[in-house]
Amino acid sequence: MQDLNRTSIADRGTAFGLRMLTKAGGLPVLQNSDTRKRVEKFLYRSTKEGFRSATVATKTFNKVTPNGKGPSRPATAKPKVQFDLTPSDDQQMIQEAARELASAVLRPAAEKADHDRKVSDEVKAQASELGLALIGVPDELGGIAEERSAVTAVLAIEALAHGDMGQAVALMAPAAVATAISNYGDAGQQATYLPAFTEDEAPSAALAIHEPQPLFDPLAPRTTGKISGDTITLDGAKALVADADGAALFVISALIDGEARLVIVEAGAEGLLTEPDPAMGVRAINAGRLILTGVKVPKANLLGTAEDHLDAVRRARLGWAAAAVGAAQAALDQLIPYVKERQAFGEPIAYRQAVAFTISDIAIELEGLRLATLRAASRLDRGLDASKQISHARQLAVTHGAQIGSHAVQLLGGHGYVKEYPNERWYRDLRGAGVLEGTLLV
Amino acid sequence: MIDLEVPKKFIPLIKQARTVAEEVMWPIARKYDLAEHAYPTELDLLSGVIDGLDDSGTGTGAGATGASQTTGEDSLASVGSGRKTEEKSGVRNGTNMSSALSIMETCRGDVGLTLSLPRQGLGNAAIAAVATPEQKKRYDGKWASMAITEPEAGSDAAAIRTTATKDGDDYVINGEKIYVTAGERCDLVVVWASLDLSLGRAAIKSFVVERSNPGLTLERLEHKLGIRASDTAAFRLENCRVPATDLLGDPEIRTETGFGGAMQTFDNTRPMVAAMAVGLTRAALDLTTKLLKAEGVEADPDRPAHVQSAAAARLLQMEADYEAAYLLTLRAAWMADNAKPNSVEASMAKAKAGRTCVNVSFGCVELLGATGYGERELIEKWARDGKILDIFEGTQQIQLLVIARRLLELSSSQLR
Repeated sequence: MQDLNRTSIADRGTAFGLRMLTKAGGLPVLQNSDTRKRVEKFLYRSTKEGFRSATVATKTFNKVTPNGKGPSRPATAKPKVQFDLTPSDDQQMIQEAARELASAVLRPAAEKADHDRKVSDEVKAQASELGLALIGVPDELGGIAEERSAVTAVLAIEALAHGDMGQAVALMAPAAVATAISNYGDAGQQATYLPAFTEDEAPSAALAIHEPQPLFDPLAPRTTGKISGDTITLDGAKALVADADGAALFVISALIDGEARLVIVEAGAEGLLTEPDPAMGVRAINAGRLILTGVKVPKANLLGTAEDHLDAVRRARLGWAAAAVGAAQAALDQLIPYVKERQAFGEPIAYRQAVAFTISDIAIELEGLRLATLRAASRLDRGLDASKQISHARQLAVTHGAQIGSHAVQLLGGHGYVKEYPNERWYRDLRGAGVLEGTLLV
Repeated sequence: MIDLEVPKKFIPLIKQARTVAEEVMWPIARKYDLAEHAYPTELDLLSGVIDGLDDSGTGTGAGATGASQTTGEDSLASVGSGRKTEEKSGVRNGTNMSSALSIMETCRGDVGLTLSLPRQGLGNAAIAAVATPEQKKRYDGKWASMAITEPEAGSDAAAIRTTATKDGDDYVINGEKIYVTAGERCDLVVVWASLDLSLGRAAIKSFVVERSNPGLTLERLEHKLGIRASDTAAFRLENCRVPATDLLGDPEIRTETGFGGAMQTFDNTRPMVAAMAVGLTRAALDLTTKLLKAEGVEADPDRPAHVQSAAAARLLQMEADYEAAYLLTLRAAWMADNAKPNSVEASMAKAKAGRTCVNVSFGCVELLGATGYGERELIEKWARDGKILDIFEGTQQIQLLVIARRLLELSSSQLR
């Protein structure tokens, strides 16, 4: 029975992987022969059609009235019965594709992206080939997900963040909006906003939840929305919003009738201003502050329920935990050869327990964080309550993730503090992964 | 497919172990903490239940003997030794996992009592890991303890001074062993001894010694900080004669493979000790959560820790570290079940679970104040019991050393 189950899931997953890889296969950096072989094997056994061609580019979101059909939702993966840490074939291929992009494109561009506070057009172009924005959008809406899988999203974010967390978050930020509209939107919202994300030039978009005040609690936002007739009037401020001055579309959270809710807000709305909001890390996201002063949007822009807002908050935290795993692994991968090479007192510093034990601590806490993140994601995919598990992953990212960032600088001493190595960036980025809300969504 | 939930087939086992913990162990835990060295007779009845679980044919072990039997009866290669058994299609959730899960539950009941469960000793795990089929048959149904530590050799197991000298068809063992868990109550003692002190760790072998052997003298039982329900023995071995057939594993001294045979036992037992620590941590967290709830403190997983009370925030952090320890332990067991080399993962689980169970149980005493520190509740006892779990089967520091040497690919002469 289990075998039958596994086969059918793999079959249904084929379409997902195929779409991903049809795109990935064309990416110049993915000409690696191993990846290639896997792609070919995959394509061989797949009988599915290729992905839908992109529609004509448009940046205006024409309101579409529902045709009577209910909204489409990505299917949730079927329950599995075994404890298992092996990614599916599809997930392995997405991982590999994301790793290639991370090591060949994101890592070399990381310092500049951090400095410039933006992802270069070149990197954007290479990344868009992967169709990352569509990772949580269902097939029938032009996306690549037949099965919505938080595990897959977690693996992809982790792999990208191993290259560079800042650019990874920047690249996945529009996906958060597309996924939110797929998961929580009604048919009209889906038909209005999702087609743009399937275009070659997908719009920049951001899930704006965080606010500037200390002790921010996403369940009690100070941004408010007052409903009057068919209009919602929004007032407040959103902090550290990805690409605030470049995004065409925002999903923001606001307190409406006493409940925290999500609202779709298009750029250019009257009363919606942005200002730069640079931060210590994750700088490539081009963070800005959104100031909302009497911003009016149709009531129809209310996205999902209060429960959906909470779901988004949770899934965002899980996305950040995945990013922390990627960056922490990157740090460990660099620290291991470094401490063996670096000499002090006539021998490699790795020969000293104070140094070696720090490596062990990093590895232990990193693996704990990784497993907690995967468990939370797999529970989401099973349709189980994952609130506690997400809290665990978040908490581990807050404490141990940040500690790993600190260790990553400490073990290099002065060299960790200067920009000669990426360690000082990992320090800044890993602090953010446990602090920031919203932006990502798995 | 990635999934980190306990499979349904283990739920009945877990429930049964939980019932044992709550209905049998909790009520007598304090009694045997106060009556150190008294034999918990209640456990004799229990061992029938445990044996029943072992023999139920479901492939789910209830204790340490369950660990490591997955590679088949004829295989000398223990799980985690790096030797692959035949490729199996699909993923196994086997006896290493079920043992870990049931140990978590019984140690949520009581660690000292779990260590005193007849026929579930660490020596049994060693036998399960390295004994030949003939030996396994011979030792079947016996309770085996483990004698490694000596007064001058703790973490540095290679420094043991106990010797075994071949004499005809026998070995004659001489030396002193301390910290033998269940040493008084067991039927067999697995003793580590050197065939040739000049050849270092490669010459260390393990021998199964009958508890009734006249050359084996019980010197004393220790008085301890915790796990008082478990007897901790010191032995003197004086011209202790054992048949050569009671040597476990390869009788030859192979300097190239070194310590392997003896040390590979730890790949199987460390996840089990980690499971003990996970269980104790769960006990402390469950009781503390309940007692704090009565005081109006409840942690909300969805709200940031910093907007909740300090006690609630502390609970969130302790639960998160528990989760990491729990999952690292299940991963190490899962790898063992699937014949994946797991030395590093076993040590990671042991290190994380060991430190977590000390930090959490100690932290719970702090949170609960007089209720935590006093003897009316079991929290203070768990905080004392838990400390041993960060020490035996390799201290925290030894685990860090094992992990670092492996990750950094450094030898014991480079990273000392």
